[in-house]
Amino acid sequence: MSATPPSNAPQPRRAIVVGASSGMGAALVKQLAGEGYRVAALARRADALDALASDCAAGAGQSGGAVFVHAHDVKATDDVPELYERIVRELGGLDLFIFAAGIMPPVGKHEYDTAQDLEVLAINLSGCIAWTNAAAQTFRTQRAGTIVGISSIAGDRGRKGFPVYATSKAAMDCYLESLRNRLSEEGVHVCTIKPGFIDTPMTSGMEGLFWLITASQAAERILNAARSRANVRYVPYRWKWVGLTLKLIPSFIFRKLNF
Amino acid sequence: MAVTTSYEYVEGWGMAVGSHARVLRPRDVDGIRAAYAVARQDGVCLGLRGAGNSYGDASVNTGGHVLDISRMNRFLDWNPETGIAVVEPGVTIEQLWKRVLLDGWWPMVVSGTMFPTLAGAAAMNIHGKNNFAVGTIGDAIIEFDIVLTSGEEVTASREQNSDLFHAAIGGFGMLGTFSRIALRTKKVYSGNLSVRAIPVRTLREMMDEIEWRKQRADYLVGWIDCFPGGEKSGRGVIHEARYLAPGEDPQPEQTLKTSYQELPANIMGLFPKSEVWRILRLFNNDVGMRLVNSAKYLSARMEGEDEPMLQSHAGFAFLLDYVPNWKWAYGRDPGRTGLIQYQTFIPQETAHATYIEMLRRCRRAGIVPYLGVFKRHRPDPFWLTHAVDGYSFAMDFPVTPKNRAALWALCDDMTEIVLAAGGRFYFAKDLVIGQEDLLRYVPPDRLARFVEMKRELDPDMLLQTNLFRRVFGDLCANGSAARG
Repeated sequence: MSATPPSNAPQPRRAIVVGASSGMGAALVKQLAGEGYRVAALARRADALDALASDCAAGAGQSGGAVFVHAHDVKATDDVPELYERIVRELGGLDLFIFAAGIMPPVGKHEYDTAQDLEVLAINLSGCIAWTNAAAQTFRTQRAGTIVGISSIAGDRGRKGFPVYATSKAAMDCYLESLRNRLSEEGVHVCTIKPGFIDTPMTSGMEGLFWLITASQAAERILNAARSRANVRYVPYRWKWVGLTLKLIPSFIFRKLNF
Repeated sequence: MAVTTSYEYVEGWGMAVGSHARVLRPRDVDGIRAAYAVARQDGVCLGLRGAGNSYGDASVNTGGHVLDISRMNRFLDWNPETGIAVVEPGVTIEQLWKRVLLDGWWPMVVSGTMFPTLAGAAAMNIHGKNNFAVGTIGDAIIEFDIVLTSGEEVTASREQNSDLFHAAIGGFGMLGTFSRIALRTKKVYSGNLSVRAIPVRTLREMMDEIEWRKQRADYLVGWIDCFPGGEKSGRGVIHEARYLAPGEDPQPEQTLKTSYQELPANIMGLFPKSEVWRILRLFNNDVGMRLVNSAKYLSARMEGEDEPMLQSHAGFAFLLDYVPNWKWAYGRDPGRTGLIQYQTFIPQETAHATYIEMLRRCRRAGIVPYLGVFKRHRPDPFWLTHAVDGYSFAMDFPVTPKNRAALWALCDDMTEIVLAAGGRFYFAKDLVIGQEDLLRYVPPDRLARFVEMKRELDPDMLLQTNLFRRVFGDLCANGSAARG
């Protein structure tokens, strides 16, 4: 019988970025396409995706990469298994999965809007779990692959502002850490990214931002973190010390702080 | 939802073959029917999979979907008076022994690992180290329900739908999906076995020892050092075990506890077991394995034939589970590195000469098995059975991109003499034989009846695997649209 071993030829690298229409997601797609990846870019807004695809066309053309766009609302978790499979077949496999979708609606000082809060959880957390679970099963069984979750420094403490956004990111941190521990034996890496202030639509109009970097600078550092198999990486790196300090502030003082 | 879906890399246990596929995991019989419908709707065939413990391509289905039965894993009934268990098909051998042992029962037949599902075990008609005494797992099964590709659920036993009973056990998932299995277990009076190690200098000595010991032993398994040639060819160690009689164990209530049976969590109290494969990896080459095999044989010789010692059922039965993921010592690059187990079943009269010749050909080819396991078998009534009145020799070979072609050529070469000796093959292990080999070893009447039943129960060839396409080829094609 045939004993043909699989080809040893170098395979093109393949990635999925969920939440790719703007900000870091879009910058990651552009960077990966420029490096020769076949990238699937997902977002709710088809027009933004088309703009991204044409924006990437030049870089991808030079590197041999390609961008595939799929309009998808991450709240539609029931659609995920089928769409995920379709995309991985289209890419010809999967090496890197990035979840970058997230919303952070403003929350008033005395606002307790359950519907809006649950919407944040649906996108930031349920969407993350549905997509990342799908990728985790492929990576576990093929004993290879990298998962990157764009979380936030906001998940480090429960502040007065953005309570459920912070909740979603804290939950995401824990989920990603569990996944990292579950999958490490199979050689799969899970990288949690905690961005500080990045110049993206999410932070536009906010006051008092410092250490600001652009989305493409962030994308480069995110991919470096994933490639060096960092477990948790603050972007830019110096936010690590901020995160550490925040965690050390005792609660009776923390509740007096206004930020 | 009655069935969940994911997209995964589905490989044989030996990792030498696999492909990405949609995996459907039904939770109930309706989920099985839903999985059939999904495959039909997508115009692809469906491969049945248990825990994925078959070494070769028995549960791999390149180009189609896979139905994984492992989520249907509820224990339906257990009768501690009769020792009869009724289970969903995804219940594993581990679940079974852990449920029945405290009541003083042990599965009639277990494999060297406790992870297979009973559906997979039945579909492959697995055997254990007691095959010569109690037959295969099919011999312990009383009846089963099976969901045909029409969606109809049928019960089969020795009395009812007897043909289906004898065809589906060992029928490698080609006739339908098991949905319920009832099986007998064995009464035991202790959680321990009395185990004795017997070193043997030659294959002849091993066979002679096994022949006279099989009258009184409950389990017999031989390990063979495949490296030395000449007079030392076939040297090894036999492990013989027998159940304890009532009263022999002063504290059966202690030894029958599952906690007493657990395999040690650390090797020599130091290394976490999950990392031990990395150490084995260092020895997993021709030089290292020659050394390990020699050391193992010589240490057994130095100890000589000792007094019997007590060992737990799980400790004796599930040797393959001592080191988690030990197979990764063979490399774990999907589809490129791994291992195959070339296991052949040869009648008593021709076994010795054939096995000596096979070992010689391995050495001549420079591809020597890293592990050799020798067992005694007996015939059974299942249509596609591997079992013969004779012996089996299982040879573990490393697979690398470099040795692959030469290894397959060696196996083809050995297959010739195995077939000439009246030998058979086992779907749970095989990755090398072809249709022409199948035609030479399965009795023609049984094969014809199986093909006829496949055409009748699965006219559009919905159920397929790589194994099916490799060894059955076009045997079952009947003019209707073949899938895949």
